[in-house]
Amino acid sequence: MDSVKDFLKVICEAPGVSGYEQPVAQLIKEYISSYADETRLDRLGNLIFYKKGSGDDRPRILLAAHMDEIGFMITKIEKNGFLRFSAVGGIDPRTIIGQEIILYGKEKLPGVIGAKPPHLTSAEERGKAYEMEDLFIDLALPEERVKELVSVGDVAIIRREVLELAGSSLSGKAMDDRAGVAVLLVCLKELQKLRHHADVYAVATVQEEVGVRGATTATYGIVPDIGIAIDVTHGEMPGVPEHETCRLGKGPAITLGPNIHSQIGEKLINISKEYGIPYQIETAAGPTGTDARAIQVTRGGIPAGLVSIPLRYMHTSVELLDMEDVKLSGRLLAYFIAAVDRTFVEGLACC
Amino acid sequence: MLLKKLTEAYAVSGDEGNVRQLIRAELEKQVEEITTDTIGNLYVKTGIGKKPRVMLAAHMDEVGLMVVGFEKSGLLKITKVGGIDDRVLVSKPVAVGNNHVPGVIGAKAIHLQKANERKKPIEIENLYIDIGVHSQEEAEKLVKIGDYVAFSAQTREVGKNCLLGKAFDDRVGCAVICELMKEDFDLELTGVFTVQEEVGLRGAGVAAYNVHPDVALVFEATSASDVAGTKEAGHVTQLGKGPAITFMDSSFITPQYMIDLAVATAEELGIPYQFRRLTTAGTDAGKISQTHEGIPSIVISVPCRYIHSPASLINLDDYYNTIRLAKGILKAIAEGGLQHEGIA
Repeated sequence: MDSVKDFLKVICEAPGVSGYEQPVAQLIKEYISSYADETRLDRLGNLIFYKKGSGDDRPRILLAAHMDEIGFMITKIEKNGFLRFSAVGGIDPRTIIGQEIILYGKEKLPGVIGAKPPHLTSAEERGKAYEMEDLFIDLALPEERVKELVSVGDVAIIRREVLELAGSSLSGKAMDDRAGVAVLLVCLKELQKLRHHADVYAVATVQEEVGVRGATTATYGIVPDIGIAIDVTHGEMPGVPEHETCRLGKGPAITLGPNIHSQIGEKLINISKEYGIPYQIETAAGPTGTDARAIQVTRGGIPAGLVSIPLRYMHTSVELLDMEDVKLSGRLLAYFIAAVDRTFVEGLACC
Repeated sequence: MLLKKLTEAYAVSGDEGNVRQLIRAELEKQVEEITTDTIGNLYVKTGIGKKPRVMLAAHMDEVGLMVVGFEKSGLLKITKVGGIDDRVLVSKPVAVGNNHVPGVIGAKAIHLQKANERKKPIEIENLYIDIGVHSQEEAEKLVKIGDYVAFSAQTREVGKNCLLGKAFDDRVGCAVICELMKEDFDLELTGVFTVQEEVGLRGAGVAAYNVHPDVALVFEATSASDVAGTKEAGHVTQLGKGPAITFMDSSFITPQYMIDLAVATAEELGIPYQFRRLTTAGTDAGKISQTHEGIPSIVISVPCRYIHSPASLINLDDYYNTIRLAKGILKAIAEGGLQHEGIA
């Protein structure tokens, strides 16, 4: 694997629906463990890479990027072998019609998401958006064969190869948050070149999309002094107010707000300025929809931070980002980690 | 596989060159003459000078999009070329222009939508192609207004003997004709690969005028609606049940003697067949049958689920049976099996 981009492409195309992250976890482990001193899985499935700091009385920093992705779960086998399903995580049914899928049954099964055809629907129906109940998976197999190969509870993903677009843009499924996992790799690589006092726990978390569950147990188990989530945030696009979005290719978004410890937000900004890393400020007026939400209130409270990669079309199969933002985010975190000492950590207690 | 090559090629109505070149290369050594006309139809001939003169037609073009403008951010504004349900455009990869610049059609994230927004389909006015640039200036270096846009999809074997991919409508018809042109029939055979069917049957009339055949066979892909949530009466056609014979659509009524010939041939050869049970939509036969003083025609189609989407599905048995049935019909015509007042 020669580059972070290749790593991101591989893990992005791999399956890892929330609760079923093992296939992607295996790949991530293969590529990242050589940059860590220890690698382990916790009981919920979080993949933890430990990199030891130097000296004594070392602070502990948690980096969390979730490796799970949204997907589908089979709920019923219909007559003639068509399959009904429900969403795992937040999916807009309007974005999945005519998508190729891969269903993980007794075998890996290719198929397509179909809907009642337009010429059989009334004009009134055509004016309505498809809902999940209108859709089905078609494996082009006879009913008996479907029943042999598929069980209710099997999961499926949209089949999408990563597209390399103009400049350094990439598009694919599950960039949310495999891009964050790629940031972990960039950060650990950068840390090889830096002296850092703090112990680093870089974690590919599970089940973020169904309620930040992996980060809850990972944070509990690691007991960090600081926890930083790495996720994606909405990129600018028509129909969305500019102040709610960040710009692609303009560097990591550093979040400020009640979910974020103010001194961590401030330090991330100062480090960006010091090292000439472009950054953007994002605001969150309440708990964020990221692993930082869980980190902050684990055990007796953990100071949290959030660094995000701007991304358009979140939770569709064409999530689009700029690879430069991934690299810059990893560098920012590495320099941040190198700058954390005992004094900074002790100063995080509010006085 | 020819069908895979043909379906993966980009050829939106008005921009059929890629498919024309593939077919030319496929048939160059097999036929006596290859010509084109000013609108872009491709003609291949065998048995020149023999009687009767039979025309085979299938359209090369597929539905797609066209670039009509730029946003300051570098996103591309688009319009549809041919009939596409806006709802299938969302979250799909595409190829833009002659250089096939890759892009995607995105949608606002579910997190940013209001609940009532989700009840309405996303219309084309609110859809854009994103090629990954960050400004209009960068976009203009890669894309021009008027560039054609095609769905980008690989053709794969799935399920039981099925193919999943884009543009089976009507590359499956093109492939059928390519196979037929490699056979020897005792008649003059003109294979015509037409243009611009999807924007109003624009190429076929010109082609039929130029060829002026005694009879025409049109090969198509047609809707199969044999899916969950539809009653059998609404299936139109069913996958795996054989080639579909049209008796009527909005553009054309099939002469009874043409239907009789097809049915008799299928029954004699033991080829499964079905009727297309929908009388709307049109095909090239609508134009061909009304060219010169009238040209007796028939449409034989391969059933296709999710037609006009980048992930449409056909059954390979239906494809091979369409070729078998067509061979049988051509043989019967060569042997004088089509006798009717008005046919030379």
